Amino acid sequence: MSDAHTPPIKVGLFVTCLADMFRPEVAFATVKLLEQAGCSVDVPDTQTCCGQPAFNSGDNQTSRDIARQTIKAFDGYRYVVGPSGSCIGMLHHYPELFTEDDPWKARAEDLKARAFEITSFLVDELGFSGIQSRFNGRITYHDSCSGLRELGIKQQPRQLLAEIDGVEMHEMQEAETCCGFGGTFCVKYPDISNRMVSNKTEFAADSGAETLVGGDLGCLLNMAGKLKREGREIDVRHVVELLADMTDNAAIGEADYDLGKAI
Amino acid sequence: MQIKSPEFKQSARIALQDENLQKALGNLKAGFPGKRAAAVARMPEFEELRDQARDLKNHILEHLDLYLEEFEARVVENGGQVHWCRTSEDARKTILQICREQDAKTVTKGKSMVTEEINLNEYLEENGVRPVETDLGEYILQLRGDHPSHIIAPAIHLNLEDVSEAFHEHHKRPKSDDPAELMAEAREMLRKQFVAADVGITGANFLVAETGSTIIVTNEGNGDLTQTLPKTHIVVSSIEKVVPTLEDMSLFLRLLARSATGQEYSVYNTLSSGNRRPDDQDGPENFHVVLVDNGRSDMVGTQFQEMLRCIRCSACMNHCPVYGSVGGHSYGWVYPGPMGSVLTPQMIGIEKAGLLPNASTFCGKCEEVCPVRIPLPKLMRHWREKEFEKHLSPKAVRWGLGGWAFFAKRPGLYRLMSASASRFMRLLGGKKGKVSSLPMAAGWTDHRDMPVPTGKTFMQQWKARQKQESK
Repeated sequence: MSDAHTPPIKVGLFVTCLADMFRPEVAFATVKLLEQAGCSVDVPDTQTCCGQPAFNSGDNQTSRDIARQTIKAFDGYRYVVGPSGSCIGMLHHYPELFTEDDPWKARAEDLKARAFEITSFLVDELGFSGIQSRFNGRITYHDSCSGLRELGIKQQPRQLLAEIDGVEMHEMQEAETCCGFGGTFCVKYPDISNRMVSNKTEFAADSGAETLVGGDLGCLLNMAGKLKREGREIDVRHVVELLADMTDNAAIGEADYDLGKAI
Repeated sequence: MQIKSPEFKQSARIALQDENLQKALGNLKAGFPGKRAAAVARMPEFEELRDQARDLKNHILEHLDLYLEEFEARVVENGGQVHWCRTSEDARKTILQICREQDAKTVTKGKSMVTEEINLNEYLEENGVRPVETDLGEYILQLRGDHPSHIIAPAIHLNLEDVSEAFHEHHKRPKSDDPAELMAEAREMLRKQFVAADVGITGANFLVAETGSTIIVTNEGNGDLTQTLPKTHIVVSSIEKVVPTLEDMSLFLRLLARSATGQEYSVYNTLSSGNRRPDDQDGPENFHVVLVDNGRSDMVGTQFQEMLRCIRCSACMNHCPVYGSVGGHSYGWVYPGPMGSVLTPQMIGIEKAGLLPNASTFCGKCEEVCPVRIPLPKLMRHWREKEFEKHLSPKAVRWGLGGWAFFAKRPGLYRLMSASASRFMRLLGGKKGKVSSLPMAAGWTDHRDMPVPTGKTFMQQWKARQKQESK
């Protein structure tokens, strides 16, 4: 934590495409949390996507081009932090794209060591426990696959959520089972994806929670879209919205957006 | 077996609508994962054993030739014979030749996926030898003219009524829906076959180099009767099953049953070390081991070598949400689930199996439970690389990806693109917060709503905020 004597920790925000386009509030909430934890936040404007669509489609040349671009964009930052286990997990894959004799390999390793998903950054790296937020209601948490299995994110968001006044955690069955989003999987195999997300919304409803919370917008858009289609009365929010006390706006896929209010 | 992997998508759609199959898959999901978790929880050293098993398999694969030759030498010392078969066809011909030497009419078979892989049953039938499956699940499938949909629970796609129906039709007995009665009926039918058989064929879970032994791990005891009663025992095994010592074998046995069914040990762990000796009370007079390569040695030294660590426990498919939704037959060939999606392209060619490595969300659950820590998502991704290099992915996918990459590599243009896409979706969604139909994303909106952006992009808003602050 910073005070008058310690300089702020210099963090580059990895915005992620989905937060940038679908839910800017998530990126703003991430900035707010980082600032509360004593960081100064920059948003390098040469960043785009992490490259995962290319990587998972077997297009390594494009993945490498994007990896170099991202590495350059975040040169000089002590940390790179983003509100997604999946995109940050992709940054952790960058070293696999370069051969041992390629100078980019070391730079990719260096980026990997500095790249963190927001909840694990706050808990594991900073030991932060200064959440100032109030949220009245029963929530349940979906563990997104990449964060859980590639970055070991499980207790970090729960630990931070427990600091919020008024929150009541109701774990759902199979919280660790994939929601069926899977990037392009959900449009390549819509029927299978639909079955998987239907199982998920069923479990979320059974948990008795009023709000479904998670750390990856891909999964959250998928589950929110299904819940709305099924007419279920469960809100869906990114974990940082609750942690940063930014829940006045409508939940994901809900009506009555006051455009631009999130600033 | 006819290859239907290219039809994966259509087969999956049909499977999702099949209520009978869905009910059966429900049983699978309610059973295996919970039992495995309980077995693992009872064994504190489980994770450490997985590391040991991974390392040992890696060592074996580095010295595969050495251990296989040692195994062969011991089998011959024990009085048996080893047959090296490069292809499925070599293996089929070798097995038929042994059957012909014995003038065999009936062959009993223990459960073996490798004999499915080489399409043995059909070949034997065509050549006048009658194979009789003796594993209960395999027996049911044979009566129905069906194939396994799972590597250790081959008839997992069926329900009690299906079995009852098949037995009634083929055994010509009154219909029963009592599992114990049905089991007794199958046992009665199979006893006669065990005695009548001229040759018994089994697979092998492991081959032990130091003793020349093969081992089968079963729960029904059918394998023991298959290999003990006939005059000739043929073991059909793929080459990567060799382990150096009996002690090494025990390491894998400790992992195998726990990962597969959640048992600490399977009911029968039966070792075969050569043919009957003069003092033995029973056992076969002739002992043959047919070693099947079928593309495996081509994997050694490549990025797919790690797949050869597989011990066929089925944990990956038991825990796979895609397998759990569509069942094993949708995968269209012998090996289903995540392990099948890596193995099938190697064996039948990426051109025919290309859809399988794509049928995964890369959720990573398979890797999490694999007892020998095979990085299955990574290996599926390697197949996607091959597919991309060979231009096998659908045009729409390649063009879509190309278009996206063009923008993703140009940050300025990317900003403009996302800002206008955001605006477009906000116009469509209005104040409803979502759209329920988007023709260019029908795969999404057929089943769920699409939440729309809540405002201008973050990058636009952030810039505006920076400007405000600097004033």
